[in-house]
Amino acid sequence: MTTITTTRTGAAMLDDFLVRAALAGVGLAIAAGPLGAFVVWRRMAYFGDATAHAAILGVALALIFSVPVTVGTLFVALAMAAAVSWLANRGHAMDATLGVLAHSALALGLVAISFVPGVRVDLSAFLFGDILAVSKSDLAVIWGGSLTVAALLAWRWARLLTATLSRELAAASGIDADREGLVLTLALAVVVAVALKVVGALLIAAMLIIPAAAARGFARSPETMAFGAVAIGTVSALGGLWVSWQFDTPAGPSIVTAAAAVFIVGTAVGRLTRR
Amino acid sequence: MSLISAQDVSVSYGGATVLEHVSLEVEPGEIVTLVGPNGSGKSTLVKVLLGVQKPDRGRVTRARRLRIGYVPQKLHIDASLPMPVARFLSLPARKPAGRLAEVLERTGVPGLEHRQMADLSGGQFQRVLLARALLSDPQLLVLDEPTQGLDQPGEAAFYDLLETVRRETGAGVFMVSHDLHVVMSASDRVICLNHHICCQGTPTVVRDAPEYHALFGRGTHGALALYQHEHDHDHDHDHAHGGGHA
Repeated sequence: MTTITTTRTGAAMLDDFLVRAALAGVGLAIAAGPLGAFVVWRRMAYFGDATAHAAILGVALALIFSVPVTVGTLFVALAMAAAVSWLANRGHAMDATLGVLAHSALALGLVAISFVPGVRVDLSAFLFGDILAVSKSDLAVIWGGSLTVAALLAWRWARLLTATLSRELAAASGIDADREGLVLTLALAVVVAVALKVVGALLIAAMLIIPAAAARGFARSPETMAFGAVAIGTVSALGGLWVSWQFDTPAGPSIVTAAAAVFIVGTAVGRLTRR
Repeated sequence: MSLISAQDVSVSYGGATVLEHVSLEVEPGEIVTLVGPNGSGKSTLVKVLLGVQKPDRGRVTRARRLRIGYVPQKLHIDASLPMPVARFLSLPARKPAGRLAEVLERTGVPGLEHRQMADLSGGQFQRVLLARALLSDPQLLVLDEPTQGLDQPGEAAFYDLLETVRRETGAGVFMVSHDLHVVMSASDRVICLNHHICCQGTPTVVRDAPEYHALFGRGTHGALALYQHEHDHDHDHDHAHGGGHA
């Protein structure tokens, strides 16, 4: 799977699977940080779950129609995100509706995968990620997607923040809250497609919510919270990989566990220092 | 040329008619106050004017590139969103620190820049909302129950400031209010709404209109009737009043 190289030039470093894994984790954190902040602020946690779980259905469709998995995931995540926003705008009771959508998308995806002829699919790779098997082309997709999302959010930042505060305040400033919601929907679908390889469908939402929630403990402005979430996501990715390497634990869950540890320590420290 | 006008606007939610054939306009430099009982469609009308709610019938016309300063009735900022006052004032467009200090001084809450919005009292919060509205150099101020949470002197200062802003900038003001002082002294024109426009005109004309008395109860004096109305519905404003007196 990997070749151990002795020359440590830039290109050769990418031949090391651990380096590629670390870069994949950091790449994801760059997009998941600021997007996760919006997911937390707008209480979209379940929305993220529904979209992420739909990724499994995307995998099944991609295998059936022989298109790249990223394309299938992106397509289905986009469809799911659009469906959820549409329902939300029609005023459905979101909690139950999202629960139904999230879990049925996952179940339907798993059923659909069992129908894929020929190949035996390694399901756990899609459910929990396979970051140690990230290839150079995977890295290109992850960084390309992440940087696109980060650039999109940076470009729309002030509009997104205003729309998050209130639709009316946004409208008075000439900002269409629906359009900004669509920007977030799009960003979410891209992040889900990109994150599938890194932490898997079951834990994508965790990588959005936990670093941002951990950053809330010390953040005094929206911007510090978003950057803090990137930093915490990066530390969690590297720490989780180290743990996985040292103790032979599954990489994706180890990364999320590391993020959860940062959250707990950060919250505790925040509570104590605020006294 | 009006700053903003609504022509024959009708809105209904799930069969219930909220606004029926409402037409109005606000001219530059004019203070127009909208009064009406709870559930009379005041907030919906504001949403229609801001462009958040699409009318089922009729249309809203705005002056080209109209700058609107909006003060909402209430604004809930999620506890997960850290928001210092200076950042809030700079949304969506960044403003120099000098201007922020100046407008906070003007609205009676100097030096709050680095406080968190969540830590402000009801009165401070309301003034910061007004400060943000003023920062956009508005041609039209849209104020939804803007003195909620302010005490009596704060309220008086608020209307003084409104008058000054109108005089200095020529901005038009569209205000939703329960407050009779405003209706009587600060407005040029009062519109009385109960799904449709019942009556409108100068404060004195509206005060004497039978439609107005029918809507707010037949007291010995219009002023008294409106006050009683407000107090009858005090439970709806508990949080705002509580915040103001805290």
